[in-house]
Amino acid sequence: MDFFGSFALLLAFVCAAYAVVGGIFAIRTRNALLTKSVRNAGMAVCGLIVIAVASLEYLFFTDNFSVAYVVQHSNRLQSNFFKFSALWSGQEGSLLFWSLILSFYVFSVLWTYRGKHPELMPYVGVILAAVQMFWLILNNFIASPFKMIGEVGPGGVLHWITQPDGHGMTPLLQYPEMIIHPPMLYSGYTGFTIPFAFGLAALIGRYPGEKWIHLTRRWTMIAWCFQSIGVLLGAHWAYAVLGWGGYWSWDPVENASLMPWLIGTAFLHSVMMQEKRGMMKVWNVWLVFITFMLCIFGTMITRTGLISSVHAFAQSEIGPWFYGFLALIFIVCMAAFLKNRDYLKSDNHLDSLISRESSFLFNNLILLVACVAVLSGTMFPVLSEWITGQKISVGAPFFNHINIPIGLMLLFLTGVGPLLAWRRTSGESLRRNFGWPMLGGLIAGAIAYPLGCTDMFSLTCVILSAFVVLTIFAEFYRGAKVVRARSGGNIFASAIQLTMRNTRRYGGYVVHLGIVLVFVGIAGQAFNRDKQMDMPAGSSMKIGAYTLVCQAFDSIPKGDYTAERVTIEADKNNRQVMMLYPEKRAYETSQETGTMVAIYSTLREDLYVVYAGRNPETGEPVIHAYLNPLVKWIWLGGVVVVLGTILALIPSRPPTIVLQAIEQPSPITAEGQRAAPASISGATH
Amino acid sequence: MNTKTKFAVGSGIIIITLVTLGWVGARESKTYYHLISELPTLKQSDLHQRMRVSGNVAPGTIKYLPGRVEFTLVEQEKTLNVAYTGQDPLPDTFKDDAQALVEGKLGADGKFTAEQIQAKCASKYEVAPTPIKN
Repeated sequence: MDFFGSFALLLAFVCAAYAVVGGIFAIRTRNALLTKSVRNAGMAVCGLIVIAVASLEYLFFTDNFSVAYVVQHSNRLQSNFFKFSALWSGQEGSLLFWSLILSFYVFSVLWTYRGKHPELMPYVGVILAAVQMFWLILNNFIASPFKMIGEVGPGGVLHWITQPDGHGMTPLLQYPEMIIHPPMLYSGYTGFTIPFAFGLAALIGRYPGEKWIHLTRRWTMIAWCFQSIGVLLGAHWAYAVLGWGGYWSWDPVENASLMPWLIGTAFLHSVMMQEKRGMMKVWNVWLVFITFMLCIFGTMITRTGLISSVHAFAQSEIGPWFYGFLALIFIVCMAAFLKNRDYLKSDNHLDSLISRESSFLFNNLILLVACVAVLSGTMFPVLSEWITGQKISVGAPFFNHINIPIGLMLLFLTGVGPLLAWRRTSGESLRRNFGWPMLGGLIAGAIAYPLGCTDMFSLTCVILSAFVVLTIFAEFYRGAKVVRARSGGNIFASAIQLTMRNTRRYGGYVVHLGIVLVFVGIAGQAFNRDKQMDMPAGSSMKIGAYTLVCQAFDSIPKGDYTAERVTIEADKNNRQVMMLYPEKRAYETSQETGTMVAIYSTLREDLYVVYAGRNPETGEPVIHAYLNPLVKWIWLGGVVVVLGTILALIPSRPPTIVLQAIEQPSPITAEGQRAAPASISGATH
Repeated sequence: MNTKTKFAVGSGIIIITLVTLGWVGARESKTYYHLISELPTLKQSDLHQRMRVSGNVAPGTIKYLPGRVEFTLVEQEKTLNVAYTGQDPLPDTFKDDAQALVEGKLGADGKFTAEQIQAKCASKYEVAPTPIKN
């Protein structure tokens, strides 16, 4: 099976190489048959990688301990669940998994646009195949997951050997999210390859108009959505597994996943300027180039151990390949840009400081600054060593000082931006759109302050969150009223009808709503509390409104590990609300230990209980309890973001009635105009 | 003032504010990496820095004492005595021979007081027979 898999991988590499070289010839000669053959080769790569992955999975499920990767990441006792996800639990497998997901994207793109856009697709195909080639070089020649274990015997003869059992997966990874977090994050990282390829292809091929942006909008949103899920799941994993009571520590690997998200978000917003007003063309191609480079950079940080991190995967020899690849991407992008920069001339200029355009510009600026801050903080040890010769790192205060104000500014723009008119906005419309929400925000602040929300940033966050939520609801309400006036029915049905007519706009609002929920959850962090004490059976601890009573302390052997478990009863107002079982697990095969946190989560707060080991003097269990307000809102916000993105991906219903609304000389006219999707608003310029 | 200038001024104010905030944050949390062998050669003025030192935990040196955990780090045959006084529980990976990164300050007596510890398992896979490509 290992020969089978590695042969399929080699063949995939050959196909990708053919798709690059043949593709360039096809573009030059415009030979239809060659174009088609190259496209088929590009699609075949996907099938071959699927075969390679399937054979690696087969090796895991058949406990084939003659293959190094299987030995390192699995063992006989490991559950099927983790045998399956062992594929992406180490370096070689993760790189193969990257190739797999990328090949799914590439296949979908080539299939969707087969026979369409003959001036653009050949370029896209070559760029995608070139990116695939890079990963396949790593998979085949640098970090193959199919390496066998060999030993040089007497007389210099090489013997294959089979280990009796494997080491098993690292306990930190043995958590249900293991099956979902890496695939989501990788789908995000790889997904940005698609808009990158289209952007670069349009630039190289001088493809007229903003067509590439229309074509890639959905792909970008899919990648962005996966990246959002990946970042949040990463935070949730850190929260539920690492046992330090927090979800974000500005660790290099976390930062690596956040950076493409920040620039990808900027790109998603700023392409609207190009679609509607023909502005920001240079900016947009660079945003998509940078997003892609950050995806590669993020994978590099995670995979090469450039910066020490709690994740700290193998320090390995793949580093130079990544540096080379990043340099190559940059050179190609720069060359294409310099050669064809006249193609990116702007059609319009900024008219007013209070306009949709300028809110997008500020949004872009702030996201970019956030990314630069995160990047420089992450790279600080490397940069300071280059410049001063001394390795200096910066910690959470650096990131928080910059990113908290940035977050609040973004939150403000989230509320304001979508309601400003293109070109310029009148004072009258500002008052009409923002008067009530602003008042509502201040009222929310006035209620929150006496309730204990005295931290300046958290209070600002509460005020802005209420403001943004109210602007969003006001938008739905105003639009729904127009629909109801024409079609009758109740306001909720009208709101749904309204949403389905312009899914992109209203889906966007739902995403914004989700982001607000995430912000509310983060604001709760200012009020975290924690307490640590020895808890022999029968003793109790008070934290906030909860009383924790230690009921028992036992040791249970379970499959691959032995768990030391504390049974804790959580009471609130003298009523039992939950039994909690924080554990410490000792894994037999790997000789490692893992902490299992117990969390009682409510909308108001999380009771987070860690068994921190025994007190070495008394032998009694030590319990560390945290009370973290509002954390659940972060995860709920993530769900809302995903639902909003899915909504925005659904094609809109024909907007006939909205069209009529534009011609109505009522005060709602302005809203109707903005509600119109791209095809209609083109006429309103 | 035309719109472009206004936008530039607005951006300038935002960027300057954020850079200042970043500078303040960096000063607060700046931590220097040092090798154990470098510590005795540091200037008097540098001894007050927050620093990070890495090394392997010398086997058998971990002592659990009231309010602190003491152990010895070894790197290239140089040793450093460390007392961990932080609030967070020790990481699961912290044990004999583990690679540890401690963050804190060096005392006048040459003993390091750590507030944070990160630990990585010593890579036991390295001793496995060398994988060879088929």
